Amino acid sequence: MLEGFAVLLLFQLIGELITRLSGIPVPGPVLGMALLLFAVLLLKRVPGGVRIASESLLRYLPLLFVPAGVGLINHGLLLKQDIWVISITLVVSTALTLLVTVLVLQGLKKLWGIENDA
Amino acid sequence: MMPEVIFELWVYMAASPLLHLLLTLLAFFLAQWVNRRAGGSPLLHPVLVAIALLVGFLLITDTPYATYFEGAQFIHFLMGPAIVSLAVPLFDHRERIKREFFPLILACVAGIVTAVVSTVVLVRLLGGREDTMLSLVPKSVTTPIAMGIAEQIGGFPALAAGIVLITGAIGCLLGPPIFKLLKIKDHAVQGFAMGLAAHGFGTAQCFSLSNLAGAFAGLAMGVTGLLSAFLIPLIMRFFA
Repeated sequence: MLEGFAVLLLFQLIGELITRLSGIPVPGPVLGMALLLFAVLLLKRVPGGVRIASESLLRYLPLLFVPAGVGLINHGLLLKQDIWVISITLVVSTALTLLVTVLVLQGLKKLWGIENDA
Repeated sequence: MMPEVIFELWVYMAASPLLHLLLTLLAFFLAQWVNRRAGGSPLLHPVLVAIALLVGFLLITDTPYATYFEGAQFIHFLMGPAIVSLAVPLFDHRERIKREFFPLILACVAGIVTAVVSTVVLVRLLGGREDTMLSLVPKSVTTPIAMGIAEQIGGFPALAAGIVLITGAIGCLLGPPIFKLLKIKDHAVQGFAMGLAAHGFGTAQCFSLSNLAGAFAGLAMGVTGLLSAFLIPLIMRFFA
């Protein structure tokens, strides 16, 4: 568990270092995820400790969004200015995005002849 | 005498990170309990309920967000390693991702273009301000990338961060009824759409559905973030 957590932190650190040094507009942890995926693909398996650490963190993923979400308290005034425009746009655009993504993905999978799981 | 002692205790507690760290956990437990009592309704999503409880508490006690965050940062910090750990479910589903690689990438581009173009058109149609629009454009992208994009195209990074969170919540609410309407039962397809439209919020919700849904949501969140950083500034040139 602890070794696994150290491995996750190590890949995050490598990701942060590369984005800082290269100026790629991608957050360090996202690059760290890509590097860890590459590493386990080369290794052809996920070491036990890494799997345990990963599964424990992902089980509590919703909790991890709470501190940032409370930050909405600071945007109250900005949000109020255009509240209706923002609300309508967010709801309609998010619904459209979900619809288009699902339909395009389903359509292309049919075109590629990939079976859907139930 | 008594109120004074309580006041002094409060001053001490409010200044230490312990109180707000514990309150965040308690608010989340309470929110999970409320959500279970409500039959798992997405309207009472545990994350939303917990945020509402904590915002209410900060407003009542007149606590600045910065003070709250001194305690909550220990939870926030775990977000980094949690994103890295998404590599594990992606590895588990590697065969399926390899098989569906091109449909997934093309659906991702279609989703990003829809999100951006519909936002621009709607805000202009409804007569919103231009700088509001520029802060709304990266709304489906995971927070750290969205803030960078907003800055690059001339929006407000702080507002963009808030908008991203609200979008995540809206996506969690809209996703399940839309999948039901379209009769989409495949968890991988559901997950991918949720990760694309509602980034980490959607991904977190998908992991409570199944590991497969979570893996595809995480994949969509990552790929959307990477592609958006390049695509959004490019698309916005057409609307300048």
